[in-house]
Amino acid sequence: MRLLGAVLLATVSPAAIAEDLVIPPDELVYCTTCHGVQLMGNDVLGAPRLSGLDAWYVENQLRAFRDGLRGRHEEDVMGREMQAMAVALSDRQIRAAAEYVTKTRSVKPVRTQAGDPNDGAFFYFTCSTCHGPEGAGDAVTGGPPLTGLNDWYMIEQLRKFRTGLRGTHPDDTFGRQMKAATDILPDDRAIFDVVAYISTLTTEREQE
Amino acid sequence: MVLKWRKAKRGSNRYMSNNLTRRQLLAMVGAAGGASAIYQTSLAMGLMEGGETVARLDLKHVGAAKKRVVILGAGISGLIVAYELERAGYEVTIIEASRRIGGRNLTLRAGDVVDEMGQRQVCEFDDRPELFFNAGPARIPGHHRRILRYCKQLNVPLIIRSNFARNAWTHDEEHFDGKPVRMGHYIADARGFLSELLYKAVDLNRFDRPLSAEDRERLMQFARTYGDLQTDGSYKGSSRAGYDEGGFLKPAKSREPLSFEALLDSRWWRRGLTASENPDWGEPLMEVDGGMDHIVKAFAREIASPIRTDARVQAITLTGDGVDVVYNRKGERHKIGADYCFNCIPTHFMPGIPNNLPNEYREALAALKPGNFMKIGLQMKRRFWEDEGIYGGATSTNQPINTIWYPSHGIHGEKGVVLGAYAIMDQSKFWERMAPGERLRFAAECGNRIHDGYSDFIEAGVSVPWGRMNFMMGCGTQWPTDTRERYFKLLQRPAGGRHYMIGDQISYHSSWQEGACASAEFALLDLDRRVREEAGAGRA
Repeated sequence: MRLLGAVLLATVSPAAIAEDLVIPPDELVYCTTCHGVQLMGNDVLGAPRLSGLDAWYVENQLRAFRDGLRGRHEEDVMGREMQAMAVALSDRQIRAAAEYVTKTRSVKPVRTQAGDPNDGAFFYFTCSTCHGPEGAGDAVTGGPPLTGLNDWYMIEQLRKFRTGLRGTHPDDTFGRQMKAATDILPDDRAIFDVVAYISTLTTEREQE
Repeated sequence: MVLKWRKAKRGSNRYMSNNLTRRQLLAMVGAAGGASAIYQTSLAMGLMEGGETVARLDLKHVGAAKKRVVILGAGISGLIVAYELERAGYEVTIIEASRRIGGRNLTLRAGDVVDEMGQRQVCEFDDRPELFFNAGPARIPGHHRRILRYCKQLNVPLIIRSNFARNAWTHDEEHFDGKPVRMGHYIADARGFLSELLYKAVDLNRFDRPLSAEDRERLMQFARTYGDLQTDGSYKGSSRAGYDEGGFLKPAKSREPLSFEALLDSRWWRRGLTASENPDWGEPLMEVDGGMDHIVKAFAREIASPIRTDARVQAITLTGDGVDVVYNRKGERHKIGADYCFNCIPTHFMPGIPNNLPNEYREALAALKPGNFMKIGLQMKRRFWEDEGIYGGATSTNQPINTIWYPSHGIHGEKGVVLGAYAIMDQSKFWERMAPGERLRFAAECGNRIHDGYSDFIEAGVSVPWGRMNFMMGCGTQWPTDTRERYFKLLQRPAGGRHYMIGDQISYHSSWQEGACASAEFALLDLDRRVREEAGAGRA
């Protein structure tokens, strides 16, 4: 990984854990073990921030993990860890988890990875077809919101799509679509650049 | 190493210098054979002090000052802090994320739940007191003075746990035709061959500096004794390797020596030959009679302060003159304020918990990676290993199970629980990927290559991959040298003078109870110093 010179630590004000924030039901406490309080993410464990994602996307991905469309590749270490968590989930639990994700609140992660946003903007033009010009996502095209994701996570996922660790299962329609789209990124540097550009985006929803 | 240490303790650095005389060297070599055993035994008998001075915890009683302390995590370090501070008059509350207390001090018995992420298991051992499995710490060496002191103080009964047995097997699929070899056989032959080489080298005077005639004679005598050589200095096998037959009504016939080439080519000398010479694994070791978790139960009996289980920390705030902790419990959010906080939450969870600890502190916590271990316990319907002359000790294999460790208690009883696999650090990943049933089948297959009919004896089993256990996701902490130099002392000190990180993770003995004790002790003494200074300042 190419890290930024001085890495800023994500700051979540502990005082922000206010009374009205959601408390996970016991069966979903497992999510917070790795993904952190309010699903804020945990870099050390390689668990990305989940708050800010849409329910439809979380549902899709949990089903993909459960049914072996994602996280089954031999070399996909982190994916396999998640896959083991999802394998026993019922449809009801998946819906409950997705709903829980949408109720969590945590601050947007800070930038930790190097990359040139100006160069990245060029590549992002293609991405915006599905993910929207502001990275807000689009349920119809199957593109999830990107602006609240950890940059290191996006880099990891783009690499997985490119090398076929993700998005190769015949039934993973959106995953295959995304894998094909990563062909526009000529090399690893392009991955860092496009992610650097995404880190500069802010959606209208976030500004509220 | 042991010799060096002993001399150094007495204030002499004679053996540390490069100017060793040959006579000194010979004295050292001559003594080294038995030194490890003497060291361990003396420690166990309380005749010698351990490597570090064990502080006496003479904490100042805070009396009417009523200082409040919140402890995050009811593992060994958290329990010690609660126990000690309660006695010194502090108002203590313990918050524990899991349903149970004890952290990785986990003894599994009939009906116990293994809270593995995504694949919960239930221990299906028979409900009998001798059938238990220590999935976390399982052995206590004699120089772990702190945990032993608590065992003594809290009347926790200890028994000897054998970690090494000459009759146990060393096994390698690619060597000695894949047949297991008795450890005693291997060791006797390895020493024999080595001694023969030494003897011949002395005989030919092949040293940089010539030895005196007297030194040569002594070194050759040493080689003969150490390797059980013939009078001509050759190794032709030894009774130390064990008998093939006879020895009682017929003359004993020692085992045929293994081939020197095969022995050199084999891998046990690299993998495990000296394992029991590591002070932490050196004989005699101890375990708690009836299961390691009796230590946890003893602390729980003594501690009157509230221990809130199922309580998940949501935020930690330094307030300037104290620490606020927010936690969820049974669907409700709570807040607790305290003067001091002792935190033994695994460091790798801290980046996922909102806090306002100083930046350097957060940077340190984010730099640490979890360690990992995986253990499997198997209930055997018959103690078949005893039929092979094995009573305790452990077999070593190059298969992914690494080890089969036999129980030292319940000898000649009907059943027993063996440790059927012990994966270390990254080896654990291999097992984590399997479903629990798959792990047991795999471990059984490995065992079959060592013990005839091994899998047929298995009645029940549990696997505990610490890297996948809820509220754990690891076992101990990795401390590469540069990380250690940069952050260890920082993390030992209280953030803002109020928040202590503790546990085996903040010690040089990660994954040992003694590390947890040492860390708790360090933090308690630091707190005590601050409280005394404060009281002194108050009077002035």
